[in-house]
Amino acid sequence: MSAASSRFERNETRLGYLFAAPWLVGFFGLTLIPVLLSVYYSFCRYDVLRPPMYVGIENYRYLLFEAPNFWKSVWNTSYFTILRVPLVIIGSLLLASLVAKPMRGMGIARTIYYMPSIVSGVALSVIWLWMYSPTHGLINQALAIVGVPGPPWLESPDWSREAIILMGIWSIGGGRMIIFIAGLNSIPRHLYESAELDGAGWWHRMVHITIPQLGGILFLLTIVEIITCFQIFTEAYLMTRGGPENSTLFYNLELYFKAFQDYDMGVASAMAWMLFVATLGITIFLFQTVGKRIYYEGER
Amino acid sequence: MRALQRILHQVVIWSIAALLLIPFLWMLSSSLKTADQVFTESMQWIPDEIHWGNYTRAFEEMPILLYTRNTMLITTLCILGYLVSGSLVAYSFSRLRWRGRDTWFVVLLATMMLPPQVTIVPLFVIFRKLHWIDTFMPLIVPAWLSGWPFFIFLMRQFFLTIPHELTEAARVDGAGHFTIYLRVILPLSQPALATVAIFAFLLHWNDFFGPLIFLAQESRFTLALGLMTFASRHQSEWSILMAMSILMLLPTLAVFFFCQRYFVEGIALTGSKG
Repeated sequence: MSAASSRFERNETRLGYLFAAPWLVGFFGLTLIPVLLSVYYSFCRYDVLRPPMYVGIENYRYLLFEAPNFWKSVWNTSYFTILRVPLVIIGSLLLASLVAKPMRGMGIARTIYYMPSIVSGVALSVIWLWMYSPTHGLINQALAIVGVPGPPWLESPDWSREAIILMGIWSIGGGRMIIFIAGLNSIPRHLYESAELDGAGWWHRMVHITIPQLGGILFLLTIVEIITCFQIFTEAYLMTRGGPENSTLFYNLELYFKAFQDYDMGVASAMAWMLFVATLGITIFLFQTVGKRIYYEGER
Repeated sequence: MRALQRILHQVVIWSIAALLLIPFLWMLSSSLKTADQVFTESMQWIPDEIHWGNYTRAFEEMPILLYTRNTMLITTLCILGYLVSGSLVAYSFSRLRWRGRDTWFVVLLATMMLPPQVTIVPLFVIFRKLHWIDTFMPLIVPAWLSGWPFFIFLMRQFFLTIPHELTEAARVDGAGHFTIYLRVILPLSQPALATVAIFAFLLHWNDFFGPLIFLAQESRFTLALGLMTFASRHQSEWSILMAMSILMLLPTLAVFFFCQRYFVEGIALTGSKG
């Protein structure tokens, strides 16, 4: 940076705001005002047609102590998150470690691994509805060939969440893999070479070199993955509408039903804020506990 | 031993690749069967007689051309919006020095963390007051106001890598900031702009939540919303549903195969330089 350009110029301040104007307008109109309104609505009874009526903490009290499906949706989302996060992280790390080294054909393999990531939302859900069809779907027919009676997947409250998790691994593993490949290739070669001289096997290299060296990426991806799981909506809305027996009624689905089916905007806003606080709380907690250790040990 | 390990490695790599491809092949195979064949011969991967009828029926059963037109209109206007507004804002945050810039940038990063659920209810109320419900406005206008700050972030990261000597030379020649933005920065930033365009394309082509909340009349539906509606009404017509899914996926697959390097670069650009 040259000395001339490091000086603040009055003229540039005006230009700066002018160039940033689209986002500034968007920030006030699409973020700040809605956020303030949302806080207000969460303390109101509001059905959009009549003006909001202040009710204090009633919505929060109702959700925590009375609402029939609130805790069910919290439980479903937690279950989903706890099961899916490690599976996606381990799965995508394994994919990455298979194709990280430049070798002949690796480009094609990486492309194939990444391909499912571009199928999302509605198309993803429709394809997998058919894959999971209990009698004629591919998965149960394949299981029948090896003599395993397949479960009814999305039609059973015991398997519906697992089915959506399995689909999620297919659809997101490749995208996370790309980030891991970049991380794996930045680990210094000599670490592996000396380990190999000591006769360390694949597992030892994974546990003692790869995972500690990937620390930061692994940690950040875990947080991103937790937030992604908290946000699950489209797949559950399309595939099960929360059923059977509310087994896939995830938090955001319940929020959507409250807002756009019951038009109970106050309760929906209160739910949104509780989700936000939970997400923020978990993120801060992880940074304070696991994150601190990683960044002390990992960075020089 | 070494050779055996290498062969095993290759076997594992390609078996997983095959496994991941199976849903695509299954979808294609099902789309080429009759409504009965999907049930009676569901495990026969290549049907005895290739049945293209599902693709023509897909066009008859659902106004695909209309939905494609709607989806393309929204997607194109959104891409343009992100590119125009996002690059201006990114220029401000990377090449201009102004009071308050760094504070505002922290605010921008913070908005990226805000879950969309928090703002969706008030936005619905605001757009309703503006009589924008059941129009494309709620889906398009946010893009022109940089409603996806991640794209600003991505472009800013790229603009920062452009050497200052280049812009200084233009300054000396008497060029103003808008000229530099238009004539120097934008032409040099094609990879970043392409990455934003591709991500924005995928985001809006597949978007389901926005259209679900803001659109009502079927004549305004997007492909995603149309396919969802059809799927919920015709639950076991798998052969047509698969044909429709393929038709909806084709543009995204084409973009993916032709623009692969931008995907990887985009992820690397934002992933590594946080």
